[in-house]
Amino acid sequence: MEKKQQKLSSVFLGGVITENPTFRLVLGTCPTMAVTTSALNGLGMGAAATFVLIGSNVVISLLRNFIPDKIRIPSFIVVICTFVTMVQMFMQAFVPDLYASLGMFIPLIVVNCIILARAEAFASKNPVLPSAVDGLGMGLGFTLAITLMGAIREIIGSGTVFGLSVFGASFEPMLLMVLPAGGFLVFGLMLAAINIITGKFTAKKAAAADEAEEEV
Amino acid sequence: MQWKVSAAPHVHAKDSTATLMLDVIAALMPCVVAGIWLFGWRAALVIAISVAACVLTELVCQKIAKKPIRINDLSAVVTGIILALNLPPTAPWWMILIGAVIAIGLVKQLFGGIGDNFLNPALTARAVLLASWPARMTATNTASAYPLPFDTVTSATVLTPETTLNTTMVDMLVGRIPGTIGEVCKVAILLGLVYLLIRRTITWHIPVVMTGTFMLAVWAFGLDPIQSVLSGGILFGAVFMATDYVTSPMTKWGQVIYAAGAGLIVALIRAFGSYPEGVTYAILFMNVVTPLIDRAVRPRIYGEVKSHA
Repeated sequence: MEKKQQKLSSVFLGGVITENPTFRLVLGTCPTMAVTTSALNGLGMGAAATFVLIGSNVVISLLRNFIPDKIRIPSFIVVICTFVTMVQMFMQAFVPDLYASLGMFIPLIVVNCIILARAEAFASKNPVLPSAVDGLGMGLGFTLAITLMGAIREIIGSGTVFGLSVFGASFEPMLLMVLPAGGFLVFGLMLAAINIITGKFTAKKAAAADEAEEEV
Repeated sequence: MQWKVSAAPHVHAKDSTATLMLDVIAALMPCVVAGIWLFGWRAALVIAISVAACVLTELVCQKIAKKPIRINDLSAVVTGIILALNLPPTAPWWMILIGAVIAIGLVKQLFGGIGDNFLNPALTARAVLLASWPARMTATNTASAYPLPFDTVTSATVLTPETTLNTTMVDMLVGRIPGTIGEVCKVAILLGLVYLLIRRTITWHIPVVMTGTFMLAVWAFGLDPIQSVLSGGILFGAVFMATDYVTSPMTKWGQVIYAAGAGLIVALIRAFGSYPEGVTYAILFMNVVTPLIDRAVRPRIYGEVKSHA
């Protein structure tokens, strides 16, 4: 167990980049599509999910030796529910506008598959500190991805970013981008773009490794 | 040239994609001429911009993807003309450009180029533009652009009840009604249909079954079938867009199912939907269903015996 333990930095970077939940694992696509009509919505959703992710990862990691295997999923859900309820009440009290625009998707964080997947795949098998770092990395990766997607959709679909006008009053926004179809379109194109970029990156790495071998 | 148009047996012919596309362009010419005659120079400008933008997008996409440059097969020209005929004559230049990039770049080239798109490119572009700029796409206040002094000047789409009242049958046949550049002149569309049938570019199944089902259905829903078929884009869609080889089923029976489905959906949208017109969505929907139809309606292989005989 101790030998298998990964480096904290690689756990963190894994969540943000190489195993980005949205673009690499393609998890949690429901909030990704539904919430990203603006950059602020994306950021708010990402922050809420990150908090829940860190909290649930830590608690589940602490309880990993007490939870019987057969009822682990319901147990995880109860833990996640606790944190989601906290986030929901907090947002309702302090950021009511954001809460109103995210609406149903806040309670739905309970069944967000990123959180459940990290509980099942990571927190239930690893100590507390790596689990917390994993939650932070995955949460940030999710936040970055959906904020970026929200920004793109907001710029084209409303002509603003974080509520600030980009192109001026004469711009006629492309309404489709803030409609559901636009969400699928942007998500598909971003996945494709990221596959191209990472494909080139890994090809370069492989080529470099080949060269190094030849030199030896 | 690889064609997957119908079931075996196949006969070799000298046709190529380019000659086929040339036939389609010839069939579209009556609509182009009628559109320019009815709406004036702006319509010509819209068509010119659209064709240029589509060909340019095709060229750029093929350059970027390092594929062989195949703009000489004229398929982008056809898409450009059909896209323009699907736009109102008042369409601004940037909207046409975006439409061309969506049609050629997004729908056609991203999915692998000619023959690999699963949706009709021009129609998808129309759907995207319609969802994005609904006011501009349905702005049919083109009365001032009419070069001829018409008695009936209408401002809204002919599908709304108040305008259908003061439009005569002749107006609807000739195209003295508001609408997109290509859809208004029914005579020109029928001329194109006759040409396509004579040249055997298409068979009668899709256009006839689609309009037939549509007329039957609107009659059943309590609308006037003749007036319904002469208004909106049902004829243009049935002749030029539902018949696209790539996105329609391969077998005759498959085509009949496809066309009947499209006609029925148009009638449903017109009679009960919140949109006045549904040809775009009906054909796109059946485009998506086409692979399923092709799977369900398989031709029996010659010599094969039914297994449950």
